[in-house]
Amino acid sequence: MTSAFLTVYLREIRIARRLGGSGSMGVVFFLTLVTITPFAVGPDPNLLARIGPAMLWISALLASLLGLDRLFQADAEDGSLDQFHLSHAPLELAVLAKCAAHWTTAGLPLALASPLFGLMLQQDGSALLGVVASLLAGTPALTLIGAIGAAATVTLRRGGLLMALLVLPLAIPVLIFGVSAANAAAGGTVPFLTPFAILCAISLVALALCPFAAASALRQL
Amino acid sequence: MAEEMTSSHRPHVDLHSALRLRVEGLCVERGERRVLENVGFVLAGGETLKVTGRNGAGKSTLLRALAGLLPRVAGVVAVEGAGEEEVAPQTHYLAHADGLKAQLTVAENLAFWADYLSAGEPAPNHPTRDLSVAAALASVGLGHVAGAPVAILSAGQKRRVALARLMVAFRPLWLLDEPLTGLDAASREKFALAMRDHCALGGMIVAATHEPLGFDETRELRLGKTPKGAAS
Repeated sequence: MTSAFLTVYLREIRIARRLGGSGSMGVVFFLTLVTITPFAVGPDPNLLARIGPAMLWISALLASLLGLDRLFQADAEDGSLDQFHLSHAPLELAVLAKCAAHWTTAGLPLALASPLFGLMLQQDGSALLGVVASLLAGTPALTLIGAIGAAATVTLRRGGLLMALLVLPLAIPVLIFGVSAANAAAGGTVPFLTPFAILCAISLVALALCPFAAASALRQL
Repeated sequence: MAEEMTSSHRPHVDLHSALRLRVEGLCVERGERRVLENVGFVLAGGETLKVTGRNGAGKSTLLRALAGLLPRVAGVVAVEGAGEEEVAPQTHYLAHADGLKAQLTVAENLAFWADYLSAGEPAPNHPTRDLSVAAALASVGLGHVAGAPVAILSAGQKRRVALARLMVAFRPLWLLDEPLTGLDAASREKFALAMRDHCALGGMIVAATHEPLGFDETRELRLGKTPKGAAS
């Protein structure tokens, strides 16, 4: 079972590396969203410092949706998905491995790039750490929830927008606790660990449920 | 490399000789329309079944339903004698979409499917019948492109790589949907050899095709004999 997971994971990583762009595109999109924020709300440092964690989280959420619609679509088009059905290993495992690889190539770079972009939004050291920690804990949930949307829209030619519509409402709890964890780290009234623990719990629940939901959607093709 | 190609180097184990594919009363619907009605046959190890019929007769549907890729409305599909109930993990399914990633090299693609398709297999108590990636590529005459990305291959070459996939992980049942599309005469001969080899190992083949497969020991299943609308 482990070897099936690893084989799929390494294959996806390799494909992403050959393709180039998918991970860096997300980061560039993230950067663009962060950059246009001061143009919209004005350059007031205090305001930017206050809304910074929220802006970083919204930007990361939108950026993490990029490329997610192709998560299963490419495999459905070239027939790999049929092969995944025919394995000894359960389809859920392949789904999980694909999610893990997608997170490594798309979610993780967002979390790692966030402190640099946080500087543009007037975030101080502890706030930056809070944003990184909350993104590291929260982006797996975004990827996993997104996988359900990607699986449900796999046969639609332009399913990207529909997928976003399906996924964004489900991502609201992640956003709420992600932002409150980041805000708490920046110096709020709530201790950092309270929202952060809930955020971790959401990611773990997503880890336990989403592969099954996505795989069952893929079985209905 | 060339000596590995010959079948004599693969163990002819008779463990699976009692293997058979049993299909009974198979009914499949696609979009409210019943495409397959009461299809049944028994295929013993070493036998090849050629599925023929006009376009739209349900050849591809039959193969997908056998593989479990389409829901079956009624009927039984079982591989008996393999010690495992499920059909899917004992099946190779080859259709128009070949499951190859354009960004990866030929060898990487095959190595992935070899690893993935044999992962989680119960520990084999018989000598392996999987060919190595290099041997499988050699047997379809593509040893020289192993390091090339699939993106630069021609359609026929891609098809041959897909055929090589059947050999890197042994599975008793091959479901082939138009396997000869895009193949030149020499490749067809090589593939006929591979199919014979598979049958000699106790495997079974169900192939949907309009063309002769290149060897005689085949049974035939004609689909859609009754014209549309006629009372059956």
